[in-house]
Amino acid sequence: MDRRLERILPRVQKPARYVGGEYNAVMKDLSRVDTRVAFCFPDTYEIGMSNLGMRILYGVMNGMDGVWCERCFHPWGDMEAELRKAGMPLCALESGDPIGTFDLIAFSVGYEMAFPALLNMLDLAGVPLRSADRSGLTPLVIAGGTAMYNCEPIADFLDLVLLGEGEEQIVEVVELYRQAKREGWDKHTFLCKACHLDGVYVPSLYDVSYHDDGTVRAIVPKDGAPARVRKRVVTDMDKAYYPAKTIVPSTEIVQDRITLELFRGCIRGCRFCQAGYVYRPVRSRSEELCARYAREAVEDSGYQEMTLSSLSTSDYRPLVELCDDLEPLCEREHLNLSLPSLRADNFSMALMERLQKGRKTGLTFAPEAGTQRLRDAINKNLTEDDLLGSCRRAFAGGYSAVKLYFMLGLPTETDEDVAAIADVAAHVMHAWRESASNKNRGIRITVSTSWFVPKAHTAFQWEPQISIEEYERRVALLRERMNTKTVTYNWHPSPTSFMEAVLSRGDRRLCKVLSLVHEKGATLDAWEDYFSLPRWLEAFGECGLDPHFYANRVREHGEVLPWSHIDVGVTDSFLWREHERAYEGVTTPDCRTQCSGCGANCFCPCDH
Amino acid sequence: MSKLRLLFIKENQASYISHLDLMRTFQRAFLRAGVTLRHSQGFHPHPLLSVVLPLPVGQSSECELLDFETERDFGGADVAERLNAGLPAGLRARACYPPERSARALAFVRARVELDYDGGVPAGTLDALRELFSRGEVPVEKRTKHKELTELNVAPLIRRLDWCEAKSLVTADAVVAAQDPGLNPALLGSAIARHLPDLAPDFLRVRRLELYDAEGKTFR
Repeated sequence: MDRRLERILPRVQKPARYVGGEYNAVMKDLSRVDTRVAFCFPDTYEIGMSNLGMRILYGVMNGMDGVWCERCFHPWGDMEAELRKAGMPLCALESGDPIGTFDLIAFSVGYEMAFPALLNMLDLAGVPLRSADRSGLTPLVIAGGTAMYNCEPIADFLDLVLLGEGEEQIVEVVELYRQAKREGWDKHTFLCKACHLDGVYVPSLYDVSYHDDGTVRAIVPKDGAPARVRKRVVTDMDKAYYPAKTIVPSTEIVQDRITLELFRGCIRGCRFCQAGYVYRPVRSRSEELCARYAREAVEDSGYQEMTLSSLSTSDYRPLVELCDDLEPLCEREHLNLSLPSLRADNFSMALMERLQKGRKTGLTFAPEAGTQRLRDAINKNLTEDDLLGSCRRAFAGGYSAVKLYFMLGLPTETDEDVAAIADVAAHVMHAWRESASNKNRGIRITVSTSWFVPKAHTAFQWEPQISIEEYERRVALLRERMNTKTVTYNWHPSPTSFMEAVLSRGDRRLCKVLSLVHEKGATLDAWEDYFSLPRWLEAFGECGLDPHFYANRVREHGEVLPWSHIDVGVTDSFLWREHERAYEGVTTPDCRTQCSGCGANCFCPCDH
Repeated sequence: MSKLRLLFIKENQASYISHLDLMRTFQRAFLRAGVTLRHSQGFHPHPLLSVVLPLPVGQSSECELLDFETERDFGGADVAERLNAGLPAGLRARACYPPERSARALAFVRARVELDYDGGVPAGTLDALRELFSRGEVPVEKRTKHKELTELNVAPLIRRLDWCEAKSLVTADAVVAAQDPGLNPALLGSAIARHLPDLAPDFLRVRRLELYDAEGKTFR
């Protein structure tokens, strides 16, 4: 081990996250490696190692002969300070080599607030931040992940962006890079070829011009780049790589369990949900294959907990069969299954009973809005009867805690909608009185509200976020109404949501702000420990840009949005139709009931 | 069911695995190796395994002991080999066997303590160290489990202490009390820093080498 690292580690919190060496970490013989990839996650080890996409692509790249993919995470503040003090660059976990010397530096970016961490990792690696300042082919800085569906705020720092699902396209990009290196292409030549790979977006090959009012005038491709870039999807989930053999961290991470991915996409079409639109179409993995992967993963890892993962797990058709199939495994290996993302309308008590075996803790539902009118407007397609019915079944079955999640600031929301959230909580309370099997244990109802952030590629991409003053007024209104002792109301005075609203629909001019906020010390801004709104506002001020222009402005239909050239399959006209239906209070049926023609079946037939 | 004991090495990267994380790591490693641990019989059953003398984070060891109970009756043959197929780097099982003696019989630990002096070892260091640890009272400050500071006299907890010197490195071969109370060998560094501040090392490294009973015989 590096002597300098040995000196630092005793002084930092949780040193195990900085040393690697975990079971199943991939080590390779450098004499047989021609391409080195530093796979970076712009957040801590505990968060990054919990990400399934990271594990999939790590497995895929290390499956390539001659390619060694290693991991790198953002250090916590104490470690960053030590590294800087010792003059040590950011290193990969597997080899301990500085990532600045690697061929490819690849980022998985899941959320906008990680943008400053991405810049800081490049800085810690000693790599120039701007793509234009890195003239050579090496290191090539690439990025993918959900936040890259609008990567414009960090476009200047990235050489190449992978849109959509990476398991097939990363292989093509790495192969093209190897060819470029073998044949001595310069960076521009490589990028001009790479932009023709499906799902590859090269920001530097597009010129963005603006109107005087700050809106985008045009996004013009150059050097032969395609006018629109369509995301990439894996069409057959049964052929998609699943990391049954994967790293088992030696220190506790956030999702410290097996994640079994059942399907991608979602049949529901909630109008606020970016994941619901950008992961279309629905593609399921067969039940037999899921069960086989589950067995392999349990056997190889020694984990005793497994999450059945998807955007809406109770919508997986063969869910009951899968649980039946896994039952012997659960018995034999003391395996616990957990099912996140259950819907209150088709939640099966019988299933829950079987899964949880005696451990009846809490249930979580997300009605999102207080009135039926607003739930219809956002197309949540959940009635209060559904919710209360599920709660009654749960209370009768012995559950004594319910968490309810709502959003404040959804389009068309009125004070009546806000106040009705308290009514929903009161009705849940009433349902408990009627149906609790054991009233002595009491009931805990927790209501949490968050501040709605409109996202790109959704029906609400044209909508303003409500101002912080208005958000706080609505919170106060709801607090007044929450007068039952058994109901705990949680809300966050979270300025992070404001900046998230700015960045998620930002344009390329924000690159200046990002660069400045990084200079002013922004790092792990997804963490409230590190986020500072004044620092961001200062950076905006110095750049002469107004954050409210991005967060709180109504965008006109027909406005060129900064992500207009990014094609996720769902058509613009469909999104606008959904936007209009929201204002009419008309719901759109789920994909299983009726196809609404969103356009995502351009990739493959929708398998719902 | 069987009660078994595992002798293992914890070094390099694995020396940064905390005690709780180590327990989790072994639970999973046993499952991977096909060894089913016996579980406690409570409302929240937990697997029965315990480290005999937890090693402070950052130190390495050639002689860690882990006691565990299995569902199946067997002598532990080939457990070490099976575990080694799936352990993190820096952990290695040396042997697995039914323990002959209770963990309470463990009395002393032999450790190598290395003191780094980046600017070279100051003249007269060894003599000063020998003098310091020959005193009857060598108090150091130590944090308790509850994070309070307390005073501890390390002198009676040292059974044997031999110093030697190489280039920019002073090494101690130390035999110290293992438990009730035990002495963390790193506290030798704290004692030096407090009583001979000019000789405080730039860095201190500890490696456990052997375990003994009260008679000084190897403890397994």
